[in-house]
Parts: sequence; C-alpha cells; structure tokens
Amino acid sequence: MNPLFVEGVGILAPGLAGWAASRAVLAGERPYVAEPMPATIATLLPANERRRTTATVKLALHVAQEAMDQVAPISNPSSGERGKLSAATVFASSGGDSEVLDKICTALTQPGRPVSPTQFHHSVHNTPAGYWSIATGCTQPSLSLSAYDGSFAAGLLEAAALAFAEAARVLLIAYDLPLPFPLSARRAIVAPFAVALLLNPVATERRQATLRLTRTGFEPADRLDDASLERLRAGNPAARSLPLLCAIAQRKRKRVMLSGNDTALGVDVEP
Amino acid sequence: MAIEPLAIAARTVTNALGRGVAASLAALRCGESGLRPCDFEDAVLDTWIGRVAGLEEEPLGGEFAAFDCRNNRLARLGLEQDGFAMAVRDATARYSADRIGVFVGTSTSGIGATEHAYRQRDPLTGSLPETFDYQHTHNVFSVADFARRWLGLTGVALAISTACSSSAKAFASAWRHMRAGFCDAAVVGGVDSLCLTTLYGFNALGLASSRPCRPWDVERDGLNVGEAAGFALLEWAEPDDARALLLGYGESSDAYHMTAAHPEGAGAALAMQGALARADVTPEQVDYINLHGTATPLNDAAEDRAVLRVFGPETPCSSTKGWTGHTLGAAGITEAILVCLCLEHSLIPGTLNTRQRDPKLGAGLVLDNRERPLRLALSNSFGFGGTNCSLLFGRRGA
Repeated sequence: MNPLFVEGVGILAPGLAGWAASRAVLAGERPYVAEPMPATIATLLPANERRRTTATVKLALHVAQEAMDQVAPISNPSSGERGKLSAATVFASSGGDSEVLDKICTALTQPGRPVSPTQFHHSVHNTPAGYWSIATGCTQPSLSLSAYDGSFAAGLLEAAALAFAEAARVLLIAYDLPLPFPLSARRAIVAPFAVALLLNPVATERRQATLRLTRTGFEPADRLDDASLERLRAGNPAARSLPLLCAIAQRKRKRVMLSGNDTALGVDVEP
Repeated sequence: MAIEPLAIAARTVTNALGRGVAASLAALRCGESGLRPCDFEDAVLDTWIGRVAGLEEEPLGGEFAAFDCRNNRLARLGLEQDGFAMAVRDATARYSADRIGVFVGTSTSGIGATEHAYRQRDPLTGSLPETFDYQHTHNVFSVADFARRWLGLTGVALAISTACSSSAKAFASAWRHMRAGFCDAAVVGGVDSLCLTTLYGFNALGLASSRPCRPWDVERDGLNVGEAAGFALLEWAEPDDARALLLGYGESSDAYHMTAAHPEGAGAALAMQGALARADVTPEQVDYINLHGTATPLNDAAEDRAVLRVFGPETPCSSTKGWTGHTLGAAGITEAILVCLCLEHSLIPGTLNTRQRDPKLGAGLVLDNRERPLRLALSNSFGFGGTNCSLLFGRRGA
C-alpha cells in the first residue's frame, strides 16, 4: 500500500503530557508513571467558548493543536492570526461526550423533561469537529466516526483513505474519556486518552515516521510490556494507538498490530 | 477529470411512508405525507413526527437479542426490505465477506435504550437495570455492528456520526475506502430512530414545528423529527452501466457556528461545488436538487443562498421532508434513495405542505410533482457543527 508520513503527533493522558515529554517513555527509555493528566490548554478557543465547552472537546482540541503546531502555526481567527496550514480531519471516538448524554438522559427523567438547548447541541458526535473548524477557520471536510474498541484503527483507515483520495494532509484525532456514573458501570474506560496524528501522503522533510497499512484477518493485537501502559491500552479505545506510538517513538522499523473489531490492522512503521 | 463512479447495485428505504422503496415512491407520486401528530411513547409535545409503524411489536431475538432497541429494530426492518439482505449475500459470493465494507450513519444510535434505563435506576444505588446493554444499543457503533453481523460481513465497518450529514458522508467514506483498496464493495446506510433526546432537544431549541413542516414556505416555523433506515450496496460501475450511479460527492465544514448555518450558506455551496467538480459536470447540467430543506427559517434561507450562488434560480429543487420528516442521521441515505427513484421513474417531486413560497427565497422551488426524464440529480445534507455533504447521482442514456 502507499505510504503515509507522520508529520505531527499530539498526545495527552495520565503520565503522557505531550509528544516531546512522552517519547522517552514510549520508547522504553523511561518508566511510565501514571501521574495525573495536566490540564488541557485549547488556547484556540475564545475564552467564552472555552467556558462552555466540555472536557471532551478540550481534550480533542488540545492534541489536535499539538500535532498541527509541530508543522506550522495553525489559523486562529480569534487572535487574527492566519496559519499556513489546514487539513481535513477525522475524529474517532467510541462513545463521544458521555457527560453530555448523561445530563440529557437525566433531564429526561425529570418533570417537564427540561433538556438544555446547549447540552442538546453539544450532544452530537461531531461536536469536537465543529469546534475545531470554528477555532481554526478550516472549511475542509471532516468525518466523525465510532467503531467501539476498534475506533482508532477505523479512524486511521479513514484518514489514510481521505489523504490518498485528496492527495492532501489529514489530521486524525482519537479520544475517549471515562463515562460518568451510572454509565461507567456498563462501559469501563479507565482513564482519559487522546492522540492526534498529522498524516501526509507526500514525503516532506518534516516526516517523523512512515506508515504502511494492511488489513489482516483475525490476528491478535499487540500488547505492551509495561503493565500500566498495557492497562491504559486495553482500557481506552483511543489508547489502542499505543503500540503504534511506541514504534514511532522507538524510531525503528517494526510491524505493529492494532486492534479493530474482530480483525486487526497491521501497520509497518519506518523511521 | 471525473472520479470513477459507483453503481447502486441494490437499495432500500423504510420510513414513515412505509416499508421498502415502493411505499416511498407511491407516496411521493400521490402526495401523501407520512407525518402525524406526535404519538411517540409518552412524549407530551405539540409537534408532528414521522414514525415508522410497528417497531414496538418487533423485538430482536435469538443471537441478536443483545442488540434489541428501537434503532436496531429499525435497521433490521430496513435490511429485510426490497431483497436487500439477499442482494448482499449474492455480492458476498462475488467479493467475499471481508471485502465488503459497512458504513452506517447515525446521530443518536440506540440512545433510547439509555433513556429507558435512566427511568429505571435503582432508587438506592442509582445503578441502571441489569438488562441494559450499553455496547449493543446506545453506543454509536452499535447500529453498524448490528448491520455487519446481520449481513454476515467481516470487513471494515464503522459508524459515521456527523449529525444530519452522517449517512450522506457514508457514501463519500465508502468511495474513499474502495479507492484505497480497503474494500471492493460497500454497504452504505443510515439509521436513526425516534427518541426523547431529539424530540425534546429540538423542542428546547425552538426548532420543532407544531404543524406539518413547510420547507421554503413564507410561514415555515420548524422541522418535524422523523425516523428511517436506508441502505445501498455500492460497487464500481461498468462502462455502460444502466443503474443509478454515484457520480460525485462534496464535503465541507462551515467553520461558523455549532448550530446555526452560515447565513450565506458558504459551506453548503462548497459541498455542492465539490460534488459537481468530482463528477466533472456544470451546474446547468443538473436536472434536480433534493434540498436539505428542513423548514427551519434560518436553515432554508442559508441553503437558498447557497443554491442561488452555485445554480442560480432555474434549477428545479424541492424538499421531501414534508413526506418523511427530518430523519437526521438517516436523511442522507433516505434522500439519496429517493433521488435514485426519481432518476429511475422520471419524477421531480414537489414540496409537500408548502403553499406560499417565501418571496425572500429565490431558488427554483418546485411545489407540485412533475414528470420529466432526469439524468443528473443532487442531494444535500447539512448538520449541526457546520458539517455539509452533497451527493450527485445520475443515469447514463436517460
């Protein structure tokens, strides 16, 4: 298959505070310590929007911004700054913003069913995509998807297909957060995790890694040696990206297997 | 240069007009709406809805019992109409089960199951009832997971959830996956079912009309929520393919506001232009536009500006929401199939319920049905978050 070049990586999770700070951990050079996740910045959003948006939106936008900033400053209409770069986007999340859905379902049990208009318009799966396009002024196509625990692999395939079809950069963002009670008892997501990959179908001097994707049959996905990282990988659909991120951080030629649903996605990684 | 077209090898639609394409075509022809005053569950709302009759009595059982919820019931009902599941089984023999992708659009998936579970929380612990199955009902992927299992497909499968453009984007995603070689054929579809979240949500936003919706009407005052399931089987077109073809798609983001459409319809225009460019056709060649046309005052005005900008005032266009209601994540597939029926049966549907066109709107709105051969037809789908998708369908030699 055609290669895809990784030009930017954003990551935020407990103990993984950004790509620069996480590389040594993911390369196995430093131990993983699940420290509390630092606050998201999402400085792209105007202050009043930032107040209204949820933790889910902030987390997704935080990693998206980190990945884009590694290549070029992005457009920021609220500060009047126009960046040189925009990219089509793919947002992959198993469950979207369950905090919002919990609030709506709770309101529906109350007299008069007072669903908040703001909650309702934040309830769509593409809310982070909407805020991202508003914050960056980017009018390019965007897809928001879910494939349950296989959401990252499905997002990577969609991002690749989109990059090849348009012969242009695509920004993939995968994110999931723990659900609030009582949904948390029925869907265990152990910690928040978000990752963004800026992918280019054209090789430039900015490439950090080269990826080649191969869909395979019912092969098992790679696991991680570190027990805490493996717990994170298995416990958050977006963290199923970790074997790939580790391979990129190690700067070695390697084939990784990412979990899809029943099937696996093979990714040949080269530095 | 035009993109390689996809042929619609099989298609089906189920909505408030009935089960299967024949029910929709008959209702389009005779101008009979599927809308009714809201009688969904115990909702107390002064609005009209497009409900699919009978879902309440048709639970999923056996190996699919875990998937049982209104949305997956509707998916099953849709897959079993028009010989669609049979056509996919035939295609599986040609392509193999792991080479047919599944791309299903939905906005709320099976959230209705969670709404019910929240009403049955344990008074002491707050827990949800033991019978509640989040993964197989509420989760966004549930409907795509159900569809692939029902059809016995093992290839790429994803749920696309971009509000009301979801199942239009399923066509674009399928084209890209096939082009990239991730699959050789695709089942695309959309399923969204009535739930209290959307009924009370649109009511809270003041966007639900207390009357049957009237797109482009001077007195239009909102939408009617509907439900639908639709599916299409896509494969690469043959050189002289006589079937309905997907010739182009266009997508854009408004980058404007979470719920309000861009007042000039800039994003909508970009999506329409993208579909025309991929098909390598000019606006003058398009015979009919199926509008998103939800009948909210601002959305129709924005879409009107966009249509005028790209097509001018002559191209015949109409909204079929007066028949089906706004089926949200299923609107893209519903209207794609209606457009294919119109291409096959030489029909330009009117705009049901609309009596007096808003004089401020200038697009070439068709009020009453016209019989006329069509070669190229566009379908628009726009959603919350400023997500836009236009699809161009056509028939050769028509």
